[in-house]
Amino acid sequence: MDQKVSSKDLLGQMLAKHYDDAIEAKKAGELVAWSTSIAPQELLETMGIKVVYPENHAAAIGARKCAQEFIDYSESGGYSTDLCSYARVNLGYMNIQESTAGNIPLPDFIFCCNNICNTVIKWYENIAKELNIPMILFDMPFNHTYEVPDHSVKYIRGQFDHAIVQLEEISGRKFDHDKFKEVMKISSETAKWWKKATALAAAKPSPLNGFDLFNYMAAIVCMRGKQEGLDIFKLWAEELQGKIDRGEGPWKDTEEQYRVMWDGIACWPYLADTYKVLKKNGINMVTSTYPDSWTIVYDSDDLDGMARAYSSNYVNRNLEYGADNIVQIVKDFSLDGVVFHSNRSCKLMDFRTFEVQRKVHARTGVPSVIFDGDQTDPRAFSLAQYETRIQALKEMMEENKREEMMEENKKERIDG
Amino acid sequence: MMNSIEQMIAGFEEQSKYPAKAVAKVMKETGKKAVGCFPYYTPEEIVYAAGMLPIGLWGGQTEIKAADKYLQSFCCSIMRANVEMGMKGTYDSLSAVIIPTYCDTLKCICENWKTAVPNNYLIPMVYPQNIRIEAGVTYMMAEFKRVQAELEKVSGRAITEKDLLDSIEVYESYRKTMQEFVKIVNQYPNTLNARTRHFIIKAAYFSDKKSYTAKVAELIAELKKLPEEKFDGLKVVITGILAEPDALLDSFVENNIAFAADDLAQESRQFRTCIGAGKTAIEMLARRMSEQSCSLLYDDKKTRGQLLINLVKENTADGVVVSMMKFCDPEEFDYPIFKKELEAAKIPMLYLEIEQQMDAAEQIRTRIQSFAEMMAKH
Repeated sequence: MDQKVSSKDLLGQMLAKHYDDAIEAKKAGELVAWSTSIAPQELLETMGIKVVYPENHAAAIGARKCAQEFIDYSESGGYSTDLCSYARVNLGYMNIQESTAGNIPLPDFIFCCNNICNTVIKWYENIAKELNIPMILFDMPFNHTYEVPDHSVKYIRGQFDHAIVQLEEISGRKFDHDKFKEVMKISSETAKWWKKATALAAAKPSPLNGFDLFNYMAAIVCMRGKQEGLDIFKLWAEELQGKIDRGEGPWKDTEEQYRVMWDGIACWPYLADTYKVLKKNGINMVTSTYPDSWTIVYDSDDLDGMARAYSSNYVNRNLEYGADNIVQIVKDFSLDGVVFHSNRSCKLMDFRTFEVQRKVHARTGVPSVIFDGDQTDPRAFSLAQYETRIQALKEMMEENKREEMMEENKKERIDG
Repeated sequence: MMNSIEQMIAGFEEQSKYPAKAVAKVMKETGKKAVGCFPYYTPEEIVYAAGMLPIGLWGGQTEIKAADKYLQSFCCSIMRANVEMGMKGTYDSLSAVIIPTYCDTLKCICENWKTAVPNNYLIPMVYPQNIRIEAGVTYMMAEFKRVQAELEKVSGRAITEKDLLDSIEVYESYRKTMQEFVKIVNQYPNTLNARTRHFIIKAAYFSDKKSYTAKVAELIAELKKLPEEKFDGLKVVITGILAEPDALLDSFVENNIAFAADDLAQESRQFRTCIGAGKTAIEMLARRMSEQSCSLLYDDKKTRGQLLINLVKENTADGVVVSMMKFCDPEEFDYPIFKKELEAAKIPMLYLEIEQQMDAAEQIRTRIQSFAEMMAKH
């Protein structure tokens, strides 16, 4: 039997190569960009410009429990504790430039898209100012309407055109429109396979434990426009399908008793803790709002479609869509509950959580809990509070299951 | 009959301290409908052109109870107050409310408003961040036209190009008058102390802009008849979203600190940028926005530090006071950058973290006092 490389091993290798290549490129005098996580990377890939993603890097620093040093540096320079911790970690890193969690080269220009929040505009403005480098901004107007309005699409298209001119000026090279079409095709295809793989978690039991989702996310952020990215998600989907066919659940030693989704970003410094508490209670985090965030799908050569796809990220859409989205996830993945992370870093998600929670509960009857935490600042999370909330969720889910069973028994008696 | 300066100032103060009463009064006097305008910039000119009164909704001191249903405690205090008052019915007399989505918090407020204050006619709107490129100006114009159509529905009448141009004239006159007003403060820093200066500027939000402008012009004319005032205190430039609550302003007055100039969103940022050039009124409004500078608007050159340094020099101020609205991301991100620039320019700075529902006014008072003492020694 040939020893096939697993997608997990491949993931590790590819991420290491991603960072190494960027560092090598910088040494060789090539351009390096820093980009937000759901930006139109197609333009950079077309130009062959190496990109690193500060959000990915900050998450990695958080997961390796190295965030505090960078946070302290930023705060000593005047950054408020109440600001996004990815920004605080990254702005600290920009000066310290050394972390045991891995290094990234400094950028020659920055590439910013506010479909994830307006905070990134301010964060990236500061990088541009401090390093005295150009900034390319894609402003995706907030969709207070359910769909993306036409005048927004036109505006975003205009910004693509403007960015191409900026990229040509920065690099001194012409933009290759034929290559652009190819990259659009691969990017869209990779996004489809990402969605396909993550959707396999709908099987019961789920072949996926959602914390793996957090790991693979690093690849969808930085490999979406590359053939290697497409390959890894195809392989992952194949592996997950294999597990479904064999009837394998998320764990070898524990049964999946309850299925929940995680709303919001992970608590990177407490990844293992948050995972273990769920597992101990037989709760599998099957999915989150992440799969859809990188499902940037459009037809090749359809720039309007691409503009619409980038603007459609759920945090850039209205609350009604946000609630509909979770209701749909609850149904598609047969969920028993929802865990909402009230993430001190992310005001855009937090200040809608209460109302989304009420709407989801009213429409699905599925229980949920909110816990306080942060994506990378280790000071904002309490394991005791988290455990208590998860315990409460388990009790509510148990109660729901008991009631469902009683209903079924009653029905059987009547039918029988 | 000529009003005395004291009477005029008392009138402005009355309006600023009791907005609900002031708005009811101006609605009755003018027979106009009123439209609530959330921070930070809304197309007030279009509201005014529709024959309605734009009313500024900048929070206030109120106990937060109902708003906790929607917002965590780490949300900006202006927005918590607005949601609270919206839910309590404070804004029921308004025919509509415009909520622009400048920051992440405002996006959420706009969305929560739909459920929290369901009977209020909501007009959400988006200001582009990439407004220095043509695609941004075109988008801004499309948004203005969409909002114009909404306002026509609310007022029940069509807004003509002439209505818009007339309104722009009223606003341009307002802006020029206010630009003159904030300059003249330097000549009369005792009469126009930190407190009265604020009340005079804030009264604009609860007035008909045309009559308000006439009143401020009258005040300026009366002041000019008097000799310049002697002042032996400190003069500072204040920067931030706003300088409230009143206790904060009182501390400045008590310590003999005057505001030589401001870079506050609630004050000078509203009127320091003049109307732009354009073929249509809507284009003129859009071009004006592309010249606007504010922490809430994209600025990769980060010009705020230099702007503050210039304000200090032009007004021979002694330092800068940062009135930091707690939990305001855009302001908090600007701070480390301009802090460095002010330090390099050797400009003394006082950093104050404020919230509208602040209990810790005593602590702020002590810090202002220490700052005044430290400056006196130099």
